[in-house]
Amino acid sequence: MLVLEAAGLSKHFQAKRGIFAGAVDGISFTIESGRTLGVVGESGCGKTTTAKLVLGLEQPTGGNIRFEGRDLQRLDTAGRRHYRKSVQAVFQDPYASLNPRMRVSAIIAEPLVTNERLPASEVHQRILDLLDLVGLPARSANLFPHEFSGGQRQRIAIARALALSPKLVVLDEPVSALDVSIRAQILNLLHDLQAELGLSYLFIAHDLAAVAHMSHTIVVMYLGKIVESGDARTLARTPKHPYTEALFSAALPSHPDERREEIILSGEVPSPLDPPSGCRFHPRCPHAMARCGVEEPMLADVEGRLVACHLYDADERRPPIKVAAGAAPVS
Amino acid sequence: MSSSTPSFASYEPTRQGLPVSTRPLLEIENLSTHYVSARGTRVVRAVDEVSLRINAGETLGIVGESGSGKSTLALTILRVLPPAARIVEGRMLFEGEDLVQKSDAEMRQVRGKRIAMILQDPMASLNPLFTIGDQVAEMIRVHEGAGRATAWSRARDLLKAVRIPAPETRLTQYPHEMSGGMRQRIVGAIGISCEPRLLIADEPTTSLDLTIQAQYLNLLRELQRAHALALIFITHNLGIVAKMCDQLAVMYAGRVVESGPVAQIFNAPIHPYTKALLNSIPRMSDSPKRLTAIDGQPPDLAALPPGCAFALRCPRAFDRCHNEAPPKFVSNDGRTARCWLSDVGIGADAVRLRSGAV
Repeated sequence: MLVLEAAGLSKHFQAKRGIFAGAVDGISFTIESGRTLGVVGESGCGKTTTAKLVLGLEQPTGGNIRFEGRDLQRLDTAGRRHYRKSVQAVFQDPYASLNPRMRVSAIIAEPLVTNERLPASEVHQRILDLLDLVGLPARSANLFPHEFSGGQRQRIAIARALALSPKLVVLDEPVSALDVSIRAQILNLLHDLQAELGLSYLFIAHDLAAVAHMSHTIVVMYLGKIVESGDARTLARTPKHPYTEALFSAALPSHPDERREEIILSGEVPSPLDPPSGCRFHPRCPHAMARCGVEEPMLADVEGRLVACHLYDADERRPPIKVAAGAAPVS
Repeated sequence: MSSSTPSFASYEPTRQGLPVSTRPLLEIENLSTHYVSARGTRVVRAVDEVSLRINAGETLGIVGESGSGKSTLALTILRVLPPAARIVEGRMLFEGEDLVQKSDAEMRQVRGKRIAMILQDPMASLNPLFTIGDQVAEMIRVHEGAGRATAWSRARDLLKAVRIPAPETRLTQYPHEMSGGMRQRIVGAIGISCEPRLLIADEPTTSLDLTIQAQYLNLLRELQRAHALALIFITHNLGIVAKMCDQLAVMYAGRVVESGPVAQIFNAPIHPYTKALLNSIPRMSDSPKRLTAIDGQPPDLAALPPGCAFALRCPRAFDRCHNEAPPKFVSNDGRTARCWLSDVGIGADAVRLRSGAV
């Protein structure tokens, strides 16, 4: 069942008079119930703007988001309140996302108090249940955030996100601020909670291995556009778009024997204020052809996933290219 | 592409370890750096009885979590410690000279010239009020007494060496006019400007995007080959170690709990902490649905338990671990581990180690 559906979603920011930055430009994706959608890409690709649009913190300038079949733009006040309760977030830095002057009980209770009229005793019981759910002792309720380590703080943030029994949780870099030995604890917790509560996740992270591990589907973004999307493991193992391929080849190996020649992209991500014509990746693409600079490739089905690249166009009359390191572009 | 076979071949010997007769470039023996509170009542053993060595042209990875003492170790090598820190014991033999015994004036001749450092945040290591040219040229002027014109022309060559496009224009620009990746390359250029023998990189790529990180790591490797640089990588990221390093030292609560060649440690870690760390990382290829997490959290350095600092989190801890800190055990092939399981007769499945001089 679809929980969330984004169609042609765009968010343009006005940078100067008449100049717009397309932070997110016509992207479409779906999130199914109990599944995880991973979003990967580098700074400026639009991951965080996408998360903000889903959370309703930004209004789209184009396209729409449907939640359980209903268009967010057309919701009445009650519907909007229901949506806000159903979609929660866990942010990167649990040192910044928890108010240092509030006790843990108040932090976790806040969404309950603002959204639901519950007697105090019931709120207290919910706090204890939530602490138990995220693996914290009941006595944590009376303590302040500074009395906890990073991993424990992230558990508190997760408990707060779960207080209203949401359907979808946006996880924006949920483990990258944590110590290496703690990350697996939190990833496991998130995985268990998903299985137990049937949660859907929108998982955003830099660490490709973590995204591949957590996600069912992955969306790869570059300069506000989706360049490839598909089944997480297949995509991680056999990337098709030259950008995906370069990105995954740049991921660090997990063993010294895996040291491989990565595809080193020249240059850096261009400014979204003045994106390249045609395919936005073409100035850095090792396989760019003349038409890439002119004609923008559309997302099209390639062996069961979506890829936006002219290399896979049928009328290029060329077998799908294994874009291996050092392979010369076929002319 | 960039690494042609010959350069790899010439690189191979360091991976196997140099002949014993070769003196290491830097040899750290039994080094301890403690932070002492104003009244002397609280002592934090940030670096405790650390011994390490690195040969010319080699890459040593120092891995640890926050608070493991890895950054304090780097600051100790350069002797740029905050006032509360004391080097309480040990030696640091760099090209045969003990850095611990050097005066501040003598250290200024070492810092930047013979040992250079790259820090995590390039925005914090560059002065926003000076041009790139001034900042890259400064080291050359200070250490080599070069005039402004000479130093600037050297600076231009350095920017070219770290692949900065249009170096002429960039020299006259300010740090805020560059991207993060470019700034980090400029910091790299400053690092190699006086052709140091040893470059210490403290989390040099954490603030960079993946493809930019790959560019930068490759650049460091090329610079290393071109200048026979020894590199120390301080990181929490085992992926960087797997990609870049020959030797590895794993730090936990101020101590080196395991050290040895990277491939050997990844294939057969001795210390339970190393083992757990390697198992807890999600991998691209095979991913079981649950990761093997390490329970608990790193200890407070000001209140370390009497025994092994990892004992409370260790799945294989026994009585002795909680009461007595394990000494360093050294194997015949130069691997070390601070774990009682490595004591002869206890760890049947552990690599056989004999007790070193402790």
